[in-house]
This record gives sequence, structure tokens and C-alpha cells, in this order.
Amino acid sequence: MTYRVGDRELFGVTAMFDSADELVCAARRLRGKGYRRLDAYTPFPVEGLSEALGCRSGKVRWCVLAGALLGGALAYFLQWYSAVVDYPVNVGGRPLHAWPAFLVVTFEMAVLGGALAGFFGMLALSGLPRLHHPVFDLPEFGRATRGRFFLCIESSDERFDVERVTKDLEALAPLTVQEVPR
Amino acid sequence: MAAERPADRIPVLEPGQTYASVTDHMSALVLRGPTRRGLVALFLLFTALAILFGYAVIAVFARGVGLLGVNIPVAWGWPIVNVVWWIGIGHAGTLISAVLLLLRQRWRTSINRFAEAMTIFAAGIAALFPFVHLGRPWLFYYLVPYPDTMGLWPQWRSALVWDFFAIATYILVSILFWYQGLVPDLATLRDRAVSPLRQRVYGFLALGWRGSARHWEHYETNYLLLAVLATPLVVSVHSVISLDFAATIVPGYHSTIFPPYFVAGALLSGFCMVVTLAVPLRGLFGLEDFITLRHFDRMAKLMLASGFFVIYSYAVEFFFAWYSGDEFHRYVQINRLFGPYAPAFWAMLTGNVLVLQALWWRRVRRSLPLLFTVAVIINVAMWLERYVIVITSTHRDFLPSMWDSASATGWDAALLIGSLGLFCFLMALFIRFLPLISIYEMRELVREREAEP
Repeated sequence: MTYRVGDRELFGVTAMFDSADELVCAARRLRGKGYRRLDAYTPFPVEGLSEALGCRSGKVRWCVLAGALLGGALAYFLQWYSAVVDYPVNVGGRPLHAWPAFLVVTFEMAVLGGALAGFFGMLALSGLPRLHHPVFDLPEFGRATRGRFFLCIESSDERFDVERVTKDLEALAPLTVQEVPR
Repeated sequence: MAAERPADRIPVLEPGQTYASVTDHMSALVLRGPTRRGLVALFLLFTALAILFGYAVIAVFARGVGLLGVNIPVAWGWPIVNVVWWIGIGHAGTLISAVLLLLRQRWRTSINRFAEAMTIFAAGIAALFPFVHLGRPWLFYYLVPYPDTMGLWPQWRSALVWDFFAIATYILVSILFWYQGLVPDLATLRDRAVSPLRQRVYGFLALGWRGSARHWEHYETNYLLLAVLATPLVVSVHSVISLDFAATIVPGYHSTIFPPYFVAGALLSGFCMVVTLAVPLRGLFGLEDFITLRHFDRMAKLMLASGFFVIYSYAVEFFFAWYSGDEFHRYVQINRLFGPYAPAFWAMLTGNVLVLQALWWRRVRRSLPLLFTVAVIINVAMWLERYVIVITSTHRDFLPSMWDSASATGWDAALLIGSLGLFCFLMALFIRFLPLISIYEMRELVREREAEP
């Protein structure tokens, strides 16, 4: 069932809190009540919030590892191919495949590959860059980057029902409870 | 009064600051603009010097390296001294950001952002000097591996090619690290900005950041991993640059102590530059609550520690000159002590060995004028260290018939002074348009202080 605010569909209901501890506590209680489509917006990373919301994720690590391995492997291959196959230069009979000398560039490119993959992987996993998002329509949302903590139950949640969600949020004693249109 | 308190009693963040107050203070610095007329005059001075740099670079490109104080045997003159000096300065930023992050040193929070900016600008300026020195800068692209029509590839066993990859990687990774740290702060500026233009520009640069718990989850993991990657990278960059020297057979260059010696020197000069910048910034922008005497105390101790690695390296250079039994190597060291460039050598020793010892005294570490003076002296001495390494080794190498000395020209001076101006110009632009202290990490610090009993 879809809910509407005026002529727009409902994205979710948000509650604004004064402190990080209240937010973590609220997130735990809502998870306990069976809500799954929860998100929180905070001015800094809050310890324990990901666990409370059930959004722990280690995917970035694999991006970094893959990027580093790929960067290093490509750099090594490039050096091997150019020095051994495509443009062999005999310098006093020294081996063409001079692997110790190749390791410096291999290392640098592994670091670069890991860093690039990590940065862009982090953005992709977060769904960024993104021009707009429904929560930006909240008039008070600017305070999420100043010192307020927002919790949002999204309307895509299976147990979503405007009255019950509003009541559950109000029971947590937030500063405000507001509906966000999509 | 503050000087009487033991180190751990001075807070990293003065009490009374809240999430909102740190946010407002930092964003106002950017959004309200300069409040003193003197700053504008200073900026014009930096701009003029940056233009001087551009002029000198163009002059050298147009008329050739004959303008500079180089000859054969002293083919590496001031530009190479400047490369090493600037890239050394560019080391502390990543070290403070990455290593201190991994070691959970929370005091880094107030200084990491401008130290990172310092790193990027210093490394960028360092990367310009090889072009100036190259003689045929338009052939620079020979270092880049790509399938060209000449069928040529770079020589992968050359330290110069490694150097190119190391510096390029270092600059790119530093920019990524810096930009990732900036993203939440750009979102803060977007939300604080009043003018639509600023809202848009900062909003665009913030990439749609909304501080979602899912964002932070990936963000924090990646920030730590970038730090893990950047830490060995910092060590590798100056080590690889030192191989440009150490891989030659020139006595005075050809030495196994060079990689750790260069890294230690880089750390010392980098920390000195952070202090040199932090003292005026703190006063000019009212950051007394955020950059406290505890920061300066810690920075001074880091200077002292890295300084002793440098002193050790000086000693090892002399020891190996004697122990190797190599006549030429011994002569280089004697020539440094008593030769035509001896004043530079003794000035270097005075700064890096003697003046450094002042930091043993708490009174010096806690006094901003004294600490600033020490930092500036060591900055100069670190430049002289590179000068001594680069010039004195080649000017009298193997055959006395080849001996010659080189003295700098006005163009050398213009390039050095101009590069300082360009650096200050870029730092000024950074401070004007981006928060010079990480806002979200300051909020985290407020939170941590609240959590303490």
C-alpha cells in the first residue's frame, strides 16, 4: 500500500534526536520491533549505529583488495611485456626479466589501484554521487550536518503503516517527527 | 599559566565547544570571508610571488637551463635541491593523517586537514621542479609508458622512472585522502551556505553526501584502508627519490643510508612546516580552542624524534666514509667539512643538530614564538642539507681536472622564492574556500569528550 503526502508519495517518516546515544537507542528499539528499512543521518560516524541498524558491511575492503591486486598485476605485466617481449634491451647481458627492479613500480601501482578502487567503490556502494534525495526536502535536514541526529523509517518497509510508525517514533521522545515526501 | 600544566592536562579541544559551535566556527571562516584587510594585502603579495615563479619557469623553458647555476660536473643545481626539499615537506601531511589515524592519536584532528593540503601543494610544486631542470621539458613524456609510434618503452630499471611513478602515485593518493576527508565537510558547507551559487558549488562537490549510516559505514572503512595504503607509500616516496642519488656511483650520493636518511629528513622538515603554518593560522583565524598548546608540544616532540634519526644519518655518513676505506668517499666528507661549501654544511649542522636540542625544554615547546623560530631555522637547515648533498658531492668527484664549483643565479633564487609564494598562494586559496580544520572530526571529538566521565 502506498501512502501520500499532499500530491506526492510518502518516502518515509523521520524523527530528529538531540544526541547520538538517543539515536542508537532508538534504532535498536525499532529494529527490535521488526522494522528493517531504517536509515539514520548523523553529523559524524556514530559508534554502534551500523550494528543497531543492521547495516554492517565489509564490501569496501574487497574493492580495495581487488583494486590493489589489479593495479599491481597490470603494472608488473606492463613491465614484463615491454622489457622482455616488445622492447628487449641487452644491457651487459643482465636478465631482461629483472623482477626486483620491477617491484617498485608494481608496489606504487598497487597502492594507486587500491586507493582508486576504494574511493570509487565507497561512493558506488553509498549510491553517490547523487543530485537529490527525498530527505533533503525536510526543512530541518541541514541540521544533520551540524549537530542533530535523524532516524528514518522508509515506506518500503514491510511493516510500514503511517499511524503506527508515527506512534512508535513518538514513543522514543524525539524532538520532532515529520513525514518526508518522495 | 598553561605552561605549568603537565602535557596530559591540556585538552586537545578546549571545553565549552559543542557540535553546533565547532561547526559554526569552522564554516564561518569559509563562508564569511576574510575579516582583516591585512590578509588581502598578504594574498596580493603571494600572488605576485606566484607570478614571479611562473615568469621564471617560462624564462627557463624559453632560454634554457643556462640561466641556472649549473654546469658539468654540477649538473644538479638548485632545482633538484628544491624538489627534494618540497617533497620532504609534503611528507608530514600524510604521516599525520594516516599514521596518527591508525595509531588512534585523536589530537591529529585539528591539524590533519591543513597538513594534507600542505602535502598536496608541496608535492605538486616538487613535481614541477624536475621539468624546470630537465632542459628539454617537452620530452618529459618519455617517462610515461604507452605504446608510442617510436616503439619505445621506459627503462624500468631506472630510478628516475620509479621516481616518476612514486611521486605521481603519492600526489594522487594524497588528493583522494584529502578529498574523502572533505566530503562530509563540503556537505556541511552546502547546508550552511546562504548564497545559491555557494550552495550549488559546495553541493556539487559534496557528491550528494547526506550522512546516512550506510554512507558512514563504507566511508570509515575506506578511510582506514586509505590510511593503511598511504603509510607504506609515504615511506616509499622519499626512499625512491633517494635512489635517484644512491643508484649512481658519485661519492656522497652512492650510499645505503640514503633511503631511511631521506625519509627521516622528510619527516623532520614536514613537521617543521606544519608548525610553521599552524602558529600563524591559529592566531589569524582564532583557532586557539582547537589547536592547543598540547598540539604544539606533541609536534615538537615529533620534530625531536625525527631529528634524531637525521642526526644518526649524518653520523653514519661519516662513519661509512671512514670505514669503507674509499678515498673518494672520504674526500667528499672532508670537503663538506672544510671545502668551499663548508659554510652551508656548518649552518645545516647548527640548525638540525644544535637548534633542535632546544625542544628538550618544555618552555620552548609551549612557547609559540620560540617554537616558531626553531621550526623556521630547521626548515632553512633542511634546505641546506639537500644543498650540501646535491652540490658538494658532484663538484669534486673523481678526477681533480673535472672539479668545478657552481653558484646560483638570480633565476635560481626567483624559482625558490617564487615557489614559496606559489605555495602560500595555494594555501591561502584553500583556507579561503575550504575548511582548514576537519569539521566532522571536530564534532566527533566533542562527542568523545562528552562520553568521558
